[in-house]
Amino acid sequence: MRKESAVSATSDLCVHGLAGLHVGGGPALTQVIDIELIVNGRLTSLSLDPRVTLLDALREHLNLTGTKKGCDQGQCGACTVLVNGMRINSCLSLAAMHDGQAITTIEGIAPGENELHHIQAAFIERDAFQCGYCTPGQIVSAVAMLDELAAGQPSQAAEDLSAAPVLTDAELRERMSGNLCRCSAYPHIFAAIRDVAGA
Amino acid sequence: MTSFPTGSDIIAENRGGLIGKAVDRVDGWSKVTGQARYSAEIDEAGKPLYGVIATAPIGKGVITSIDATAAEASPGVVLVLTHRNAPAQAPFGAPGEGTNPMMTAKPVLDSPEIRAFATPVALVVADSFENARAGAALIAATYQTTGAAFGFEDHLADAALSPSPTAKVEAGDFEAAFAAAPVQLDETYATPAHNHTQMEPHATLAVWEGENLTVYTSIQGLKGARQSIAWTLQIPKERVRVVSRFIGGGFGGKAHVAADSILAAIAAQRLGRPVKVAMTRAQMFHLSTHRSASRQRIRLGAGKDGVITALSHDGVLHSARYYDFTENVSGLTRALYTVDNMATRHDLVRLDSPMACAVRAPGGAVGTMAIEAAMDELAHRLGIDPVELRIRNEPKVGEGGRAFSSRSLVECLREGASRFGWAQRNPVPGAVRDGRYRIGMGVGSAIWHTLLFPARAAIVLHADGTATVRQAMTDIGTGTYTILAQIAATALGVRTADIHVEIGDSDFPAAPGSGGSFGAATSGSAVLDAAMNLRKAAAELAVGDMGGPLFGGDPAEAVFAEGSILIGNQAVRLTDLVSRLSPGGIVAEGRLEVPKDYWGKTRNAHGANFAEVAVDTLTGEVRLRRMLGVFAAGRILNEKMARSQALGGMIWGVGAALTEENHFDPRYGSFVAQDLAGYHMPAHADIVNLEAVFLPEDGDDNPMGIKGVGELGICGAGAAVANAVFNACGVRVRDYPLTVEKVLQGLG
Repeated sequence: MRKESAVSATSDLCVHGLAGLHVGGGPALTQVIDIELIVNGRLTSLSLDPRVTLLDALREHLNLTGTKKGCDQGQCGACTVLVNGMRINSCLSLAAMHDGQAITTIEGIAPGENELHHIQAAFIERDAFQCGYCTPGQIVSAVAMLDELAAGQPSQAAEDLSAAPVLTDAELRERMSGNLCRCSAYPHIFAAIRDVAGA
Repeated sequence: MTSFPTGSDIIAENRGGLIGKAVDRVDGWSKVTGQARYSAEIDEAGKPLYGVIATAPIGKGVITSIDATAAEASPGVVLVLTHRNAPAQAPFGAPGEGTNPMMTAKPVLDSPEIRAFATPVALVVADSFENARAGAALIAATYQTTGAAFGFEDHLADAALSPSPTAKVEAGDFEAAFAAAPVQLDETYATPAHNHTQMEPHATLAVWEGENLTVYTSIQGLKGARQSIAWTLQIPKERVRVVSRFIGGGFGGKAHVAADSILAAIAAQRLGRPVKVAMTRAQMFHLSTHRSASRQRIRLGAGKDGVITALSHDGVLHSARYYDFTENVSGLTRALYTVDNMATRHDLVRLDSPMACAVRAPGGAVGTMAIEAAMDELAHRLGIDPVELRIRNEPKVGEGGRAFSSRSLVECLREGASRFGWAQRNPVPGAVRDGRYRIGMGVGSAIWHTLLFPARAAIVLHADGTATVRQAMTDIGTGTYTILAQIAATALGVRTADIHVEIGDSDFPAAPGSGGSFGAATSGSAVLDAAMNLRKAAAELAVGDMGGPLFGGDPAEAVFAEGSILIGNQAVRLTDLVSRLSPGGIVAEGRLEVPKDYWGKTRNAHGANFAEVAVDTLTGEVRLRRMLGVFAAGRILNEKMARSQALGGMIWGVGAALTEENHFDPRYGSFVAQDLAGYHMPAHADIVNLEAVFLPEDGDDNPMGIKGVGELGICGAGAAVANAVFNACGVRVRDYPLTVEKVLQGLG
C-alpha cells in the first residue's frame, strides 16, 4: 500500500475554515524577495512574493509549465523537479528557499535542444503515458531515482539497508510510488524505466 | 450488414499497414518534454488575473450574511464575486427536460442557497494567485443549516424508483422462474462512492474579445460545453468558443461544465481582462462529480448444471437531490447473461450531496463487481469451474432477440484460461499456500457498450502533400490525435507524420467528444468520410487535368499510396497535383450519421479478466500478484495505445476492489477523503505483472469495424480480484473494497 504522506483535510477544518483552502490564510504580504535561480542551466533573477512556491514560480513567473500542479500538497508527484540534482515536490517548497540553487525541470532534462533524455524516449516507445499530466513528474522522478540508486541510497523496499541497493522490480516500484498516474500507465512506465536501467 | 458510407474497404485493405500498428503517439514528444499546454497553462492571451473559489463549509442551508469587505481590501484583489453581485444566469438545468444534461445551464453564485457541501460562495480575483488565495480566506459568511440527508447507508429506506426510462426492465416471469429453480442464489453487494481523481484539476482561462468569449478549459465534450456555457450566461452559443487541446484525464469527470468555467467567464467579462480559475485538489472532490454508492441485490435461479433460468439484478444508488443520475448497474448484466426471465430495477436515494454522475464505465464497472462475484458464488456452490459456468450461460442471441454484431466472450474466456494457467487453479478455497500467504485465482467477464453518435470532420490537403484534420473532438489521453492521424493517413496514402490533427476547438466541425468509449468510432468515422470525400475530389481533379499523367482515367480506380494517386500504371504526386491545380489546398468535409437500423443488433465489446492474489493471513492485506485481460473489441486501430487503455481500466478495477472508497460525513455532507493521500487509488507499488491481449474480431459497428476500449478493461476486473481473494482464503467480502479489516474479520 502507498504510505500516507500527509494528513487528510479534516471536517473541522472544513467547518471552521475555508473548505479546500489548506494554505494561504492570514494577512496578505506586499513585500517581494529578490532571488536568483539557475533554471535548466540559465541564471534567472526573480522578484517574488515570498508566498510563491517553487512550482508557481516555474509555472506562473517563468512560463515553464511542463512542471504540473496536480494537488499542490505533496501527494501526487506531478510537480517533481530536481534541486541541485535531488528530486523534490516543488509545490511543497517556497521559491525563496532556493536562492542560488540549480533547478532542473522537464524542459531541461534532455541533453540538448531537440533531443530527448533516454527516459523520455523510452516513455514514447513504451507508451508510458496517456493524458500526459503526470508524465513530466514521472520522468524527472525516474531520472533522479536512478541517480539515487547509483549513489547507494536505500529505500523502504531494501532487503538489506547496509548493502548496495539493487534495482529489483519491487525497488523500482517503491521508488516511483510518490508519482501517481490515474490513467494507470504504471506497467508501461515500469517497462520504460526498465529499458533504460537494464534488467 | 449495417450500411455505412464508403471507407470500410480502405480500412480493411490497410494498404499502408498503419491500421493496428503500434504507432507512437503523435503528441508523445510534446507530452514527454512538457511542451503540451493544458488549460491553466495557455499563454496566448497574455498575463491573466487569478481567481480563487471560496466554498461553503456546510452541506445544506442558506447564506445568511456574507461580508466581502476584508477580501476586497486585501492587497492585489480587484474583484470579489458573490451571489449578491454576480450577474443573472439561467437556472440550473435550463432549458429543462429532454435536453442533454451536458448542455444545460450550470449557474454559480446564483443564489444564497447551499445545496451541497463546498458550494461556491465567492470568487476572489487578484493580480496574483497568492493574493487571490489570501483574499479568499478573508471571505466571512454565516450560514443557516437546514435539515439534510447526507449518509447513503442512513437513508436506504428513502429509496424510490428512478425516473430513468430503463430503471425497470422485465422479460418473461422472473419470480415464477426463480421460485421454480432448483438452485437459488440471493446475495447483496455494496460498492462505495468513487472519485475520478484525474491528475489535472479543473482549470479555465476565460478571455473576452468584445461580445465573444473564449473558454480554455479541461472538458471532454466541446459541443456540450459550448451550449452549457451559452445557456448559463444567456448568450448565443455562436459567441462562445471552447478550447481544450490537452486534457489531464477525464474519466467522465470533465463531462459537465464546472464552476471554474462559469466563474472565470463572469469575472473576465466584469474586469475586461483574462481570468484564470483552477480548482484545488480538495475542491475537485466536491465541485466535480463522483460515482454513486450502490447496494446491489442479485438473484440467480439455475439448474444443477449451472444454466441460469431466472436473473434479477437490482440497484439502489445515491443521487444528488437536485440532479437525477442513475448508475445503470444491471443494463450490461442483461446483455452478459440474456435469459428468458429477467427483472432489473434501479432505485435512487436522493441525498444532499454533490452531483453524482458518470465515472469510467458507469453502470458496468460496479455492476460487474456484483454480478461477476455472484457468478463466482454460484460456481462454487455447484462445484462448477467459474470459466465453465460462464461458457454454459453464453446466450445465443441478445436482449429482445436481437442478433449480436459480434461477440467473442467465450473465446476470450478460453484464451485467457489457457494463457493464465487457469487449469492450475485449485477450486478449494485456502488450499494454496506460500509461507504466510494464501494464493488464489479469480475470473470476471468484461462487457461494454459499442456506441455511435453523429459527427462531422474536415480535411484540407495542402500543396506540400500534408493534410490537416479538423474536428471539435478531444483527446483525454485515449490517443485521439494519433488514431485520427492513422485513419486519415491510411485513406490518403500518406505517412502519419504528414497528417496534422487539430482538435480541441469548438469552432471546428462538431463531434460529441470523449465518453462512453464511443470516441474513436464516432469521430474516426467522420474523419474517414472526410478523407474519402477528399480522395474523390483529388481523383477527379487529377483525371480532369489535361496534360497531367492521369488525364482521362477512371477516378473510381484511383489508388492512394505513398503520397501519390495511381490509376493503372500512371501516377501523380499529391504535391504536384495540389500545388499546380489547387495551390490553396483541397478541402473536404465528412460526416457520420447513425444508420436507422443500428440498434436492430446487440452491440458490445467483450473480454475476460483473470487475477491472482496473495492474502496475508497475519494482516489481511491483499496483494495483486498478476493479472491478465483478454479482450475482443473489433478491429484494433493501434495495438500499443489500446493496450494502454485496457491496462488502465484493469488497474481501475484493482483499485475499486482493494482500496478505493469515499463516504459522506453524515455531519457535514462532505466527502471524508478530500485529497490523494486519503483517497487510495493504486500507486506503482500496488501494480505488478499485468498483461492485456486483444483477440482479432470482425464487426459492422462502424465503417472501421472497431469497438471502444476505454471502459472495457475495468468491467469484470474488480470481481476477478475479489473472486481470487475468495479462492485464496475462503473469505467472501461483498462490501467493496476488500480492505484489511474486512478480510481479517473473515479470516477469523
